[in-house]
Amino acid sequence: MSAVIGKPRRRVDGRAKVTGQTRFADDLILPRMLHCKLLRSSVPHARIVRIDTAKAAAHPGVHLVLTGDAFPVAYGVLPVSHDEHALCRDKVRFVGDPVAAVIARDEATAAAAVDLIEVEYETLRTLAAPDDSLAHPEPRIHEYGDTGNVHKAVSLQFGDVDAAISGADHVFDDVFFFEGNTHLPIEQHATVAAKDGDGKLVVWSSTQTPHYLHRSLAKALQMPAAHIRVMATPNGGGFGGKSDPFNHEVVVAKAALMLDRPVKICLTREEVFYCHRGRHPVLMRFRTGVTRDGKITGVDLQTLLDGGAYGSYGVASTFYTGALQTVTYDIPTYRFRGCRVFTNKPPCGPKRGHGTPQGRFGQEVQLDKIAERLQVDPADLRLNIIAPPDSLTANYLRIGTIGLAECIRTVVASSGWKDTFRRLPLGRGVGLACSSYLSGAGLPINWNDLPHSGVQLKLDRSGGVTAFCGATEIGQGSDDVLVASVAEVLGIEPFDIRAVTGDTDLTPVDLGSYSSRVTLMMGNAAIEAATRARDLLARAVSRKLEVPVERLTFRDRRVFDRDDPGRGVTFQEAVCMAEAEFGTIGTTGSYTPPKSPAKFKGGGVGPSPTYSYTAAIVEVEVDPDTGWLVVPKIWIAHDIGRSLNPTLVRGQVEGGVYMGLGEALMEEQAFRRLPPRLSNALVHKFPSMLEYKSPTFLEMPEVHTDLIESMDPAGPFGAKEVGQGPLLPIMPALANAVYDAVGVRIDEIPITPEKVLKALQSKAAGKPARVGPASFPENVPWPDALLVTPPWEGGDGRASNEPVKKSKRKAEAGVEATAGVRR
Amino acid sequence: MMRLPPFRYRAPRTVGDAALWLAESPGDTMLVAGGTDLLPNMKRRQQTPRTLIALRGIAELCAITTGGGVGAPGEPSASGESPSPRSGRVGIRIGAGVTLSALVRNEEIRATLPALWQAALQVATPHLRNMGTLGGNLCLDTRCTYYDQSHEWRKAIDFCMKKDGRTCWVATSSPRCLAVSSTDTAPALQALGARVRLVSAAGVREVSVADLYENDGMQYLTRRADEILTEVIVPDTSGWRSTYWKLRRRGSFDFPVASVAAAARLDGDGRVEAVRLVAGAVASRPLSAPKAEALLVGERLTDERIAAAAQAVYEVAKPMDNTDFELVWRKKMVTALATYALRELRGDDTSAVRLRLARQVL
Repeated sequence: MSAVIGKPRRRVDGRAKVTGQTRFADDLILPRMLHCKLLRSSVPHARIVRIDTAKAAAHPGVHLVLTGDAFPVAYGVLPVSHDEHALCRDKVRFVGDPVAAVIARDEATAAAAVDLIEVEYETLRTLAAPDDSLAHPEPRIHEYGDTGNVHKAVSLQFGDVDAAISGADHVFDDVFFFEGNTHLPIEQHATVAAKDGDGKLVVWSSTQTPHYLHRSLAKALQMPAAHIRVMATPNGGGFGGKSDPFNHEVVVAKAALMLDRPVKICLTREEVFYCHRGRHPVLMRFRTGVTRDGKITGVDLQTLLDGGAYGSYGVASTFYTGALQTVTYDIPTYRFRGCRVFTNKPPCGPKRGHGTPQGRFGQEVQLDKIAERLQVDPADLRLNIIAPPDSLTANYLRIGTIGLAECIRTVVASSGWKDTFRRLPLGRGVGLACSSYLSGAGLPINWNDLPHSGVQLKLDRSGGVTAFCGATEIGQGSDDVLVASVAEVLGIEPFDIRAVTGDTDLTPVDLGSYSSRVTLMMGNAAIEAATRARDLLARAVSRKLEVPVERLTFRDRRVFDRDDPGRGVTFQEAVCMAEAEFGTIGTTGSYTPPKSPAKFKGGGVGPSPTYSYTAAIVEVEVDPDTGWLVVPKIWIAHDIGRSLNPTLVRGQVEGGVYMGLGEALMEEQAFRRLPPRLSNALVHKFPSMLEYKSPTFLEMPEVHTDLIESMDPAGPFGAKEVGQGPLLPIMPALANAVYDAVGVRIDEIPITPEKVLKALQSKAAGKPARVGPASFPENVPWPDALLVTPPWEGGDGRASNEPVKKSKRKAEAGVEATAGVRR
Repeated sequence: MMRLPPFRYRAPRTVGDAALWLAESPGDTMLVAGGTDLLPNMKRRQQTPRTLIALRGIAELCAITTGGGVGAPGEPSASGESPSPRSGRVGIRIGAGVTLSALVRNEEIRATLPALWQAALQVATPHLRNMGTLGGNLCLDTRCTYYDQSHEWRKAIDFCMKKDGRTCWVATSSPRCLAVSSTDTAPALQALGARVRLVSAAGVREVSVADLYENDGMQYLTRRADEILTEVIVPDTSGWRSTYWKLRRRGSFDFPVASVAAAARLDGDGRVEAVRLVAGAVASRPLSAPKAEALLVGERLTDERIAAAAQAVYEVAKPMDNTDFELVWRKKMVTALATYALRELRGDDTSAVRLRLARQVL
């Protein structure tokens, strides 16, 4: 029986957080520290003709002015999209793109000097949306990408999907749109860089991915990674918005090296909106064949992503819009086509759920339509098509345990669904949706055979244990998972362990706090390291007490004979015995995910050691006269595998519900464009926390959470992810609830009162009771599909029409990148 | 972070000193009380006064006094004109420096001026109400999504008429600025027939709240640059019912994007003896709805009468595409708000609707 795991506990970093002792990046103040401000582009798309920094450089208190000339080397998080320079060199690609930097004695001086920099632009056509970018291959926003302004277009086919759909009893063909939105972490990005006493670079930053920042600094600054130390400060929320290496991080690092003084930057909220890397706006079309008894025969999915101005994680995001449909439901044939275009807007990237919420929205709303047409309960429809456990999907994703059926049955029971669905009076409704998500990506971004997570333990005669890991505490509780895992194995209290995390000098590499990977990967690495330490202690104690190793139990800070509990030593004594016998006690553990059976290009996005599952029911009240909508209650059940600390797990579930509800009801990364005859301008409509609407406590409904424990053998102590999955069903469940309440379909996110009323008016006028996109564009330049035979038809995971080139393998590695975000 | 531009800060202890100092250079001096509106605007360089005169240290601005005796309230006409000062008795005097939190805590205001109490309670957040004052909310700068932006943003879209530019981007052919009156308390006080006292070095005058405003996003106040709004005088409202309904995306934080304040006196038979209806946040000033008022005087508040009056309030609203929500829907919501308000005055229990719309029962 567990002593620590499974018990609700206060998180180990909780006290520092609530007493204000946690030091975030902006809390750092160093002697002789200077401050940096960036000049950002005021035009959406232009060539830089001339930059005059003379006045700024001469301004009193200014130490340095930098432009793109100082940053000749490009970088980016994915190897296939190294398309960013810390400061723009020859052109700017969106309003907010950084053009120059001023480093001065204080922030106000830097800001005043920024105003003195003169930039002459030669404006280029503004590409404001995907239809612009598809219609105008020129001017190209980037000189790379598939064609024109298409960054990436992919096409994958698994089995004879056309025959499967045309042979189905019913064919459903629906177009959906999911508007972009942003992470809105409470902490704005901040970075401090300094030159160490020995001349090496030290960087403290609010980053979710110190390892990728480390690599990017080495590349962008052309210096050995071993001479750079990155420390991830605790993040005041990340959600994916701090998982790219950022231009401001590279700029202050460069400035600190040049000036030999610490340099700090703390972004304004407006600048955080320009960093973005948030949810891609996605237009999608689902063609689905269904038998009369509700089985899916095939799905043909097209997605069109508005990528914004840079690559970021976008190639992975594109694949993710189509990757995980098959691990939720049994889909025997499948075609996925995804296209990401560049536009002159802040770059999109990974936000909690990374690429999957959009496709999930379309699929779950379409399933609701299917259930209605077939006259079956949507819960029963889904229970009938859940993907089988321990199986391989059509696109070669290996599924382990699936707790989805129990999740569905649980929310159906807890919400009283059978008494409410289609039975509530006009204006009240309930809707159901499900989802699944990765517990960490199976393949690394930078393709290699190295572990994804490493943990190192130091035990000494004090009886104290220090756990080192590159994982980053971004509010999600990873430090707590680390110490709890070690404490459980060694039979001590979490409080006895100090966590040292996110420091590239001190800690073994962990790829970062994204992709819902930390609990599973770091947890498994921690268990391995702790088990090795326990073995050393057990050998020493066994010899001393003359008790066989296998009879020794580690519990309550003691090591004792399980058959004679009075016979034992304290944990500290055990460490001393081991140290005397073996020397200094240090152990390591590491984790590498199992190899994926998918061998086709693009098959690297989607594999995971195990998948989490969620079902949610949302209740809504809609005023039929105004469209005003209120969500009074949400029921959610999440297959967590095993709940390591239920307090944290529930926090993640409720946080996911909250964020999902914000996307469902109001959040929009929207832009302003003036009439093109008057202006090229294209600006973020409201880069502020006041006007970018996100729910407050008052909008947050009661959430009834049930945790389903499927005990997955791949997870540490059986655990799966929880950081992202619970967000996913909220948006489609709300859409389905609105339909139940007032009989109109809102086939796009967010679902606002204006759209609901518009749909109601349309319905009253005898027109379609729907608001949503009319069609999917015909002019997307799809490549020929890679043809992959599903496993049950004798496929081997390779595409039959893909040339096998061994040398190409490495070049493709970057495409097999992946991400996702957990809080 | 965004930093304030440099300015000179002066902190008088009396209204007299404040008025004298303001008279020294009214063109580049501004008054500040709570600072919740002005200071963020200054950080965005929407206003860059050389001098700020702080009113928060002036004790005489912070009083709430009941006075002026009892009796018939100022008799408003159905056309919405304000009573002359002589025709009415004063009910309550509220210093301009009273914070919105203090206003909300005042039980007499809650009991006698529900429209004002409800409006004040729905301004921004508790933290901002602790700082923000009644006078500040009345003088609140008009708002617009093209204007309430940083200097860099406004440069990127090219400056607008209200600040540094020539064109109103909301409607490029508009000869005037279309920024939106976003005060919650002004519609409520206008419906209650309140007046304000304006003090300058040259003298003192009183104007009705209705006359304090002009429908121009730039010159939205009739207050002269050398005048200080020192006090709000609400007539005796015995026998009057009032209410305030506000539309915003969230139950906290947000400025109104449409609102309706209503005040009425009903006779023993439920007939309307007098009524005022004011729409907020759908123009550059609070708008009276005289046609709606005329439809109600002498009538019972039946569903049909309420619908007709609500339609008449809808017709005065002129929302533009420069706030949250689509303008067509916003305008339509004015009808709903007027309906809710009149039903509440009729005596209906509107708490369920209020809870859904405002997220609180009030």
